[in-house]
Amino acid sequence: MRDEIYKRLLKDKLFKTVVIFLSFISTVPLFFILFHLIKNGLSSLNIEFLFNLPKPIGEEGGGIANAIVGTFILILISSFLSIPLGISAGIFMAENRNSKLYKIINLLVEILQGVPSIVLGIVAYLWVVKPMKHFSALSGGIALAIMMLPVIIKSTEETINLIPESLKEASLALGVPYYKTILFVILPSGLSGILTGILIGISRIAGETAPLLFTAFGNPYMNLNIFKPVESLPHLIYNYAKSPFSEWHQKAWAASFVLILMVFTLNILSKWVIRKWKVRF
Amino acid sequence: MGDKEVESKILKIENLNAYYFENHVLKDINLQIPENKITAIMGPSGCGKTTLIRCINRLHELSPGGKVTGKIFLRDENIYEMEPMIVRRKIGMVFQKPNPFPTMSIYHNVLSGYRLNGIKISKIEEERIVEETLKKVGLWNEVKDYLHKRGTFLSGGQQQRLCIARAIALSPEILLMDEPTSALDPVSASKIEELLLQLKESYTIIIVTHNLQQAARISDYTAFLLMGELIEFDKTEKIFTVPSDPRTENYLLGKFG
Repeated sequence: MRDEIYKRLLKDKLFKTVVIFLSFISTVPLFFILFHLIKNGLSSLNIEFLFNLPKPIGEEGGGIANAIVGTFILILISSFLSIPLGISAGIFMAENRNSKLYKIINLLVEILQGVPSIVLGIVAYLWVVKPMKHFSALSGGIALAIMMLPVIIKSTEETINLIPESLKEASLALGVPYYKTILFVILPSGLSGILTGILIGISRIAGETAPLLFTAFGNPYMNLNIFKPVESLPHLIYNYAKSPFSEWHQKAWAASFVLILMVFTLNILSKWVIRKWKVRF
Repeated sequence: MGDKEVESKILKIENLNAYYFENHVLKDINLQIPENKITAIMGPSGCGKTTLIRCINRLHELSPGGKVTGKIFLRDENIYEMEPMIVRRKIGMVFQKPNPFPTMSIYHNVLSGYRLNGIKISKIEEERIVEETLKKVGLWNEVKDYLHKRGTFLSGGQQQRLCIARAIALSPEILLMDEPTSALDPVSASKIEELLLQLKESYTIIIVTHNLQQAARISDYTAFLLMGELIEFDKTEKIFTVPSDPRTENYLLGKFG
């Protein structure tokens, strides 16, 4: 009897140890990545690097200011396009779960989520770059917006689904019209979830290279015009990393470090948003 | 149904039928609700009690598959020919689970009927309505120092009184209550019951209840519903002592339900 119990406790311990060990293993790659980034990137990272434009190979110094600004421009364009669309579609889906249209949209959103990002780049190329006859930040923003869209739709839908139906009815029972109920009761109650979805969407696109290859294209100069090609962090990393120059490799590491830091900040920010704006029902 | 000549009827329900998709949930309901009284609607689960009151403020038609035929007159106006928004401002509702708006303060919860409907009132008027309404539901002394805190931090019973305040702030004529005490502890529940007895001075109250004792304690009239049919409607005293239908008696004796 006693032996039985010991055996069981032993098995229990063994299982626990294995699970802890395996979950530790799964974080090892991340530590390696961070280690490499810090080791190779930190040395060339300084204020100048963040605020200067790139210099031709052979010249000392030079930075990635154009890529940082470009990434922000691309994020702004894609957010501007995908947030209103995504929230509207999310509301529709949460509110019409039994309709036929829901099933169709849901299927399409899931397919859209699985479309390879390079394909979205090609689509944006055909839709925007070709008719306009030149590469532009706008076309890159559109490609990224399509990528962001399913994330925002899904998170909005899930957030609204979690809001008790009784809240909506409480508002309707006061004689409040449906659209006002959605805008002023439901959306504010789901704000933290929707914002989190947006931030996750942004961190998803911030590191995308493929859709930008033949849309935003890249630009060694500072550009604020959305109708002109624009540099971006992932694209700059891609260019520098495949170059034959070791100084550029160094810069690619440093730029990667900046990019990771950005995504990391977005993640922390979204955690903070959840905590701060969580609505208790 | 005796004594009806002395009381005026505020609500007349005529041949009301309600459906959920194919499901016929209310069958030919005819009912006249007296003014400034508490009318209890009782019956076993699934008999259509909640659907009945949701027809009265036209909420039922918003549920998927919800359909209504027949007429309901508020005074002399058929509410099914009125704007639903107007009907719902005249007929307030309190739900089973307290559901104050979680993003709003206590103050704004009370005023939400005005704010969300875009009815403009002055700051002084706002403050008067908040104070008066919270006093009416007996919440003023408990929350007057926390008016700008969120309503969700209150206890369940306080939240429910806040919801009643939110409903009566718009000065409705009728107050519909869908088992308003079933999610509350007994002490909070009895406070709500006391409150209802005070509120019937100013409003007509229709309350759905599972709790027979509650119906007996607070209501003046009782309607007994069974499988979507109105079996009996009379003074509460009479229903609980000498019901005219054997099915009512069986239900009261706990033989089904």
